[in-house]
Amino acid sequence: MTRIVGIDLGTTNSLIAFMKEGQPCVVPDRNGRTMVPSVVALTDNGLIVGDSAKEHLTRNPERTVYSVKRFMGKGLADVQNELAYFPYTLTETGGVIRIRLGEKSYSPPQVSAMVLKELKRRAETYLGESISKAVITVPAYFNDSQRQATKDAGLIAGLEVLRIINEPTAASLAYGLQGKTQGTIAVYDFGGGTFDISILKLKDGIFEVLATNGDTHLGGDDLDRLLVDLFIGQIQEQYGINLSEYSDHMQAVRLEAERAKIRLSDDLKATITIELPDDKGHFTRELTREQLESLAMPVIERTLAPCRMALKDAGLTSKDIDEVVLVGGSTRMPLVRRRVEALFGKAPHCHLNPDEVVALGAAVQADILSGGTTDMLLLDVTPLSLGIETMGGVMSSLIRRNTTIPASAKELFTTYVDGQTGVDIHILQGERELIKDNRSLARFRLKVPPLPAGVPRIEVTFLIDANGILNVTATDMRTGQSQSIDVKPSYGLSDAEVERMIEDSFKFAVDDVNARKLIEARLDAEALLKTTERSLTEAGHLIMADEAKGIRNASSQLASAKDGSDPRTIRARMAELEQAAKNLNVVMLDDSLKKSLQGKKVTEVT
Amino acid sequence: MLNASMDQQTPESPQPRGLQMARSMCWHCQSAVTGEYFCDRCVKVQPVSKETDYFTCLGFPRRLTLDPKKLEAKFYELSRTFHPDFYQTKSPAEQTISLGNAAVLNTAYRTLRDPIQRAEYLVALETGSVKDIRTSPPAELFEEILELQDTLEAFRSSERDSQEGRELRTVLETEQRGLEQRRQEMEAQLHRLFTDWDQLQDRGEATSPAREERDRLLKHMRDLLSNRTYVTSIVNDLAATIA
Repeated sequence: MTRIVGIDLGTTNSLIAFMKEGQPCVVPDRNGRTMVPSVVALTDNGLIVGDSAKEHLTRNPERTVYSVKRFMGKGLADVQNELAYFPYTLTETGGVIRIRLGEKSYSPPQVSAMVLKELKRRAETYLGESISKAVITVPAYFNDSQRQATKDAGLIAGLEVLRIINEPTAASLAYGLQGKTQGTIAVYDFGGGTFDISILKLKDGIFEVLATNGDTHLGGDDLDRLLVDLFIGQIQEQYGINLSEYSDHMQAVRLEAERAKIRLSDDLKATITIELPDDKGHFTRELTREQLESLAMPVIERTLAPCRMALKDAGLTSKDIDEVVLVGGSTRMPLVRRRVEALFGKAPHCHLNPDEVVALGAAVQADILSGGTTDMLLLDVTPLSLGIETMGGVMSSLIRRNTTIPASAKELFTTYVDGQTGVDIHILQGERELIKDNRSLARFRLKVPPLPAGVPRIEVTFLIDANGILNVTATDMRTGQSQSIDVKPSYGLSDAEVERMIEDSFKFAVDDVNARKLIEARLDAEALLKTTERSLTEAGHLIMADEAKGIRNASSQLASAKDGSDPRTIRARMAELEQAAKNLNVVMLDDSLKKSLQGKKVTEVT
Repeated sequence: MLNASMDQQTPESPQPRGLQMARSMCWHCQSAVTGEYFCDRCVKVQPVSKETDYFTCLGFPRRLTLDPKKLEAKFYELSRTFHPDFYQTKSPAEQTISLGNAAVLNTAYRTLRDPIQRAEYLVALETGSVKDIRTSPPAELFEEILELQDTLEAFRSSERDSQEGRELRTVLETEQRGLEQRRQEMEAQLHRLFTDWDQLQDRGEATSPAREERDRLLKHMRDLLSNRTYVTSIVNDLAATIA
């Protein structure tokens, strides 16, 4: 049987996982890193993805795309008030955002597809087999358009997407696999760009979602922005420099803010250093955890209302929750843990890595679909009510939020005018009364035979499948004939457009692969040369002169290979250098360990 | 603008008892289907018939007091039978059937799980018509509701923080508690009728007094259910206004 992989396509980082002997594992790269930054950069040598692309954020900000997940299934008007934060250019065609990269424009699914392809390649290299089928995770609160866009991204990347699964429920599968978990659990999933809360009942291998809620536009990104605004304001005040006019510096500030935020989960204070433009020196300040927390408080508070709503919809109170599980990098913040603990009245647990648990769960779901795991079953819900427009601009609900999927509803349509040949149907998603307050999903025209008013009887079936994606079919009740429906998505790519993007992605694939291999090899070589140089400076005196000479020799060999155009030669020279410097690294580690222990009493050490 | 009339979703018309998952022929091997959900001969999953009511679908008799634990256990068991996750490696035809069956199963469970929805469904099934949607207050509440509308009107046009606004809010809050209690009384009364209905069904008499009793119970439940829906919507309006 062909292998199905599980993919966590995240706002900031993405991961790919598979099942090995009944346990899910995340695929690492050759440096042991499991996360691929969801960043795509256009360089002179072509498109690159991941760690190497992340380095272009400050070097080449206009041509480096990050946080593309925020644009999936969206129109330009949806993101108007945050455009200023993104250094790359966004436009809109046919209700879909397009991202300008050099000469070409790409839809968010195309950019996501590049990240998916990178993950696919990584898994193929690691497993030594080709990968064509995947389960991809999305935030539970993603609407139909956002789910469809994710599915399109998979198709463009050459993957058959067998299932779109919700991130918090994926996490619950990973936890559930550990056996003992039974009872009612709350999964609090606070990631880079999205927030979800899901309440589940676990019983005899059935994972029944009782309610879900969230905010698809709330995450760690928002905290970084608050910090960026704070620093920029201070720099303006102190130096009179408006840093927001320098997009390369802005990216450096954003990365520095993110680093400080992450550090403050472990430490009580962090130092921020930002290089100023035009050789004006550096801006330096200290940030305490307390300061970060008072800034972050309003953002964290915004996650609590959805939690209360989900509890209410599940017909439960916080006392009924047996366990709280934390998912997503942002839950590493002590403030988040305190607030979650206060809300549910019990300490949350997170013994699985919150960065990896979603990908692990996706691999479990993949195993269920391939028939490997048969004792577990996930019964998920649709996060938003689905309805159609009726007279007076009011939405008539057909499938309520938190209905277990697959879910279907049937409506009978007829005509008001003699000889009328069509009925226009507008499908929406949301909880509000008026259609203008809800999300338009799609429109279609129902074909009706020309008959006296009220005689035609067309039954339309709205079916939300196990992916949470809507399918519409219609049957003429008089003739029993079904008719095909051409649904026009309000914020999505047409089938023809996706088709063309798949073709394009194959056409350019070969060029891309070669360019990427060379670029990555060069970048890795550069990094290795730099660290080796630093090690020699710091610890060169601790090794024999001959050994140091050998390392220098291997370094210069690599440096000349790096200027060539053969990635394989570069890799070979890198391996030689790594071998030569092996002992140096060991010696250095011992030395730094020794230094860190000096001046401490024995009791502090043990 | 949507130019169409939408009929209330109608439960399937009543059918003779004991017609379990009525199907004559397997869609795949064309042999007579004797198994419950699968063809005995070719082991292909069979579509749940369109005429199958939710009680039959979940394998329960038409009773109004059902054990929620048993209902859940049956729902889980059938989910394991029908869920699309377990049909990923099967033919497209079987995948379509699994998807349709799972959707019907989910609707059936959602309807029967809630005692009120279950009763509304059963009444519709037994009387062959959709539930009444009440647009005017039930007689015994008429005056109270009229008065409440006036208070609501006054509250809406008053300053929330003024003396008058605060007083009106207190009146409305008392009113809300009163109506909520009324709803609870209706529900308690309904539950007594549910027991009566089940006892009548269990006796299984085909006499004319039994038939009269059946019709009386159905009518009484129907009235109470629509009154309860009316009161619930008033309470929700009230809660939204003073929130």
